[in-house]
Amino acid sequence: MTDITSSTAAELATLIQTKKASSVEITTAFLDRMESLNAKTNSYLHIDRSNALEQAQRADQQLAAGKASSPLHGVPIAVKDNLTTTDAPTTSGSKILEGWIPPYDATVVTKLRQAAMPILGKTNLDEFAMGSSTEFSAYGPSKNPWDLDRIPGGSGGGSSSAVSGHLAPIAIGSDTGGSIRYPAAVTGSVGAKPTYGAVSRYGLIALASSLDQIGPVANTVLDAALLQDVISGHDPHDSTSLPNSLGSMVTAVQAADIKGLKVGVVKQLSSDGFQLGVKACFDDTVAKLVKAGAEVVEVDCPSFEYAVAAYYLILPAEASSNLAKFDSVRFGLRSMPEGNPTIERVMAATREKGFGPEVKRRIILGTYALSSGYYDAYYGSAQKVRTLIQQDLAAAFEKVDVLITPTAPTTAFKIGEKVDDPLAMYLNDIATIPANLAGIPGMSVPNGIASEDGLPSGVQILAPAMQDDQMYRAASIIESLYHAEWGAPLISRVPNLEVL
Amino acid sequence: MAKEQLMPYEQAIERFEVVIGLEVHVELNTASKMFCGCANNFGSEPNTNVCPTCLGLPGSLPAVNRKAIESSIAIGLALDCQIAESGRFSRKNYFYPDLAKNFQTSQYDEPIAYEGKISVELETGERFEVPIERAHMEEDAGKLTHVGGATGRIQGAEYSLVDYNRAGVPLVEIVTKPIYGAEDKAPELAATYVRVIRDIVKAMDVSDAKMERGNVRCDANVSLREKGAEKLGTRTETKNVNSLRSVENAVRYEIQRQAHILAAGGSIIQETRHWHEDRGHTSAGRPKSDADDYRYFPEPDLVPVQPSLEWIEEIRKTLPENPALRRKRLQEAWGFADLEFRDVFNSDLLDEVEQTVAAGASPQSARKWWTGELARLANAQGVSITELAITPGQVAEIQKLIDAGELTDRIARDVVAGVLAGEGEPSQVIESRGLRVVTDEGALIAAIDKALASQPDVLEKIRDGKLQAAGAVIGAVMQEMRGQADAARVRELILERAK
Ligand SMILES: [Zn+2]
Repeated sequence: MTDITSSTAAELATLIQTKKASSVEITTAFLDRMESLNAKTNSYLHIDRSNALEQAQRADQQLAAGKASSPLHGVPIAVKDNLTTTDAPTTSGSKILEGWIPPYDATVVTKLRQAAMPILGKTNLDEFAMGSSTEFSAYGPSKNPWDLDRIPGGSGGGSSSAVSGHLAPIAIGSDTGGSIRYPAAVTGSVGAKPTYGAVSRYGLIALASSLDQIGPVANTVLDAALLQDVISGHDPHDSTSLPNSLGSMVTAVQAADIKGLKVGVVKQLSSDGFQLGVKACFDDTVAKLVKAGAEVVEVDCPSFEYAVAAYYLILPAEASSNLAKFDSVRFGLRSMPEGNPTIERVMAATREKGFGPEVKRRIILGTYALSSGYYDAYYGSAQKVRTLIQQDLAAAFEKVDVLITPTAPTTAFKIGEKVDDPLAMYLNDIATIPANLAGIPGMSVPNGIASEDGLPSGVQILAPAMQDDQMYRAASIIESLYHAEWGAPLISRVPNLEVL
Repeated sequence: MAKEQLMPYEQAIERFEVVIGLEVHVELNTASKMFCGCANNFGSEPNTNVCPTCLGLPGSLPAVNRKAIESSIAIGLALDCQIAESGRFSRKNYFYPDLAKNFQTSQYDEPIAYEGKISVELETGERFEVPIERAHMEEDAGKLTHVGGATGRIQGAEYSLVDYNRAGVPLVEIVTKPIYGAEDKAPELAATYVRVIRDIVKAMDVSDAKMERGNVRCDANVSLREKGAEKLGTRTETKNVNSLRSVENAVRYEIQRQAHILAAGGSIIQETRHWHEDRGHTSAGRPKSDADDYRYFPEPDLVPVQPSLEWIEEIRKTLPENPALRRKRLQEAWGFADLEFRDVFNSDLLDEVEQTVAAGASPQSARKWWTGELARLANAQGVSITELAITPGQVAEIQKLIDAGELTDRIARDVVAGVLAGEGEPSQVIESRGLRVVTDEGALIAAIDKALASQPDVLEKIRDGKLQAAGAVIGAVMQEMRGQADAARVRELILERAK
């Protein structure tokens, strides 16, 4: 079964469509691997074998009846545990939601079901997606398949370790400041954050509503494109979802042509602060693009300097309000205080017990940032930075089709290395945050192994809002330049987890 | 609870200038809620009109009800407001169990409508133009029921039940600018203003407009300043004033209470107060302080409402006739004197009279029925006049029978009683109760002869010119006919007999 679990989603879809393998066979192969290896990677918080197999069976029956629901019909998938599912608990990595089974499916989950993609399980994340390592998950950290002592990135480390460890052929992530792209970079996988509004957020447990976006985590750019096509589209339940379709990303990948491609290298994200091996990989990407005929220029985005500061005001502010609903009244944990259980005291005791340290830190930060007398200085200024970043990007995209940066400043760090240093942790997202602040699409594609530690590195591609197709085009070009050199996706070099 | 000391009203008005401000919440009667598809339905079983969004479940999102925006714009237009090119929602953050998300989605810095005015006419005919600051959209909270305490309040309750059926019901909050110069009329102006708002939203059919159900709720701000003083006084906000009478009484009470404190050299605490209609006073609620920090910020889950000019103009076309213009038109059409018209208007009977006239009664007879006999009956039954079980059509039908001489006023009152008692249409009541004027002259003459036989001197008296002597005979005849005779005709017949 090794062949199946190391295949791309596109390859599996072909196997199913040509009746060379059934969805049940493929889903079984992944479930077997999950059962033997999840103890090592902690990628999944919830696995329900019989439920997954039932869905696979239905996919097979539909196909036998001549009904192919989507290009990924029958291909199983992992879903980040901050998307609501009626048939599985949804915890968002928090104790406050332990055991909660939502009464409704997220729109993306509905779309996966309609596409006949069996859900293998729910993947781990930092509590409420607050973190870059999954170390803030209330259910323990996930491990990086390249080195089980290292973090798989975060907050979507469950999905990235599942995909890179071949415990899922493809997965759903969510990205508020880099939670898809950063984990993809440090695990050698591909991750895309679509334009804000391209994918419905209905059923995504909100971290920061104006920044959150759901997207694919995959082995290849084509796989990511296939999944983005399945999950995107307008949703009347989400007022911020875009009214019009952005077109087919698969078409953009298949038609990708380097001719005339203009690439910008962001001055502020290409010099200081990057690990040497990461920087070397990035320089190599630039060289490959130039050699293949792309026009590469340097662009200036001076306001990027303030991105992290602005992000850590906007995110906590919105999160402090979004997380207010966790109050023990209607769902989830209820903790009774000692003494008189007034409503205020029950709410306080529940939130004290149910929330972890990073969540409390950000609620306090956000509550403060929104307080009367501080609003203009903090939230107000941060919103202005957001506008400045949008202006920088608009100016840059006048000159180029896409921008590229290293996705992350370093390769995967060791578990425990930064957990007590929030500021160091926050800087992991320095290159990915601007895309969320501006609402533009961003994607990470593997671009080699850092020579000093042998760990994967990623290059980030940014495109103008609603031009996700340009991003996929460039990502596909870069990926094919590397595949030509490697002969296979980088992910195929992941160590054999079974002997680790 | 000890009642506060009050300054006599006239004395308070003499010494202080009264400034009032009114916030009226109008619950819209849209089919669904503000941000989800749940039914907006009063009186359903608790927690049956709920979904992930109005329960504030993790992952849920709001989506604005277009009809609610339309109603809000219509209210704005009726109040002569500007309509915002872009109106965003904000979150008002505070923890309370009836608030599913622990924040209320409300328009804060960008209301849908602003800068309007409305003309308010008092009973005396005096007119005030009330300046409107804004009308904005927001969602209602759920309903708490406190169980186990003596008072039904949260203090002392054993536990509380939450019903989220009302959570997310669309509200429009209409806020006036400070209203100056009403002087001793301030309480009446406050109540009349609320009534005008209620009448408008009712006429527009954007709200059920039933104050007793909380469809229209008022918070009254009152402050006093020494006459001639520049600086506004500290204001209190009285909540829970949910009938027109309460609005008037609560404002009057606050004027007297504040005047007493200020006259004694004290200062007013800026606070929320609660009106107790049964006990006729307000009591202190929460003090307003810096601790009331709602941490407003723009709602990131919603895009701003940006109504197009075309849409606004379309809505403008659907507005019903302006109530003030309508009054003018009706008074002219009916030919009522000012006092007569005000009597109808102040009793809230314009619709009834208009419909009765439309059904064929003369304006004066319609007015007399509604402000006279029917008002008396409603009062006696302790119901509002519109709740009487008689329609304008039935009133007109009865009046037409009077005009045709088939009923006397007195018999007509019996017919009304029968209709109110549920005995059917006027014709059925007349039939079953046998209530028809006796027009059979033979029967009348027989009764007259019978009466004259027992009072033989009457005819002589009449012949001598003492016409009033006929009265005794008329009384006897009417008694004989059980009231169902036309007294005027009986009199004529007696006089004929005396010739
Ligand atoms: Zn609802």
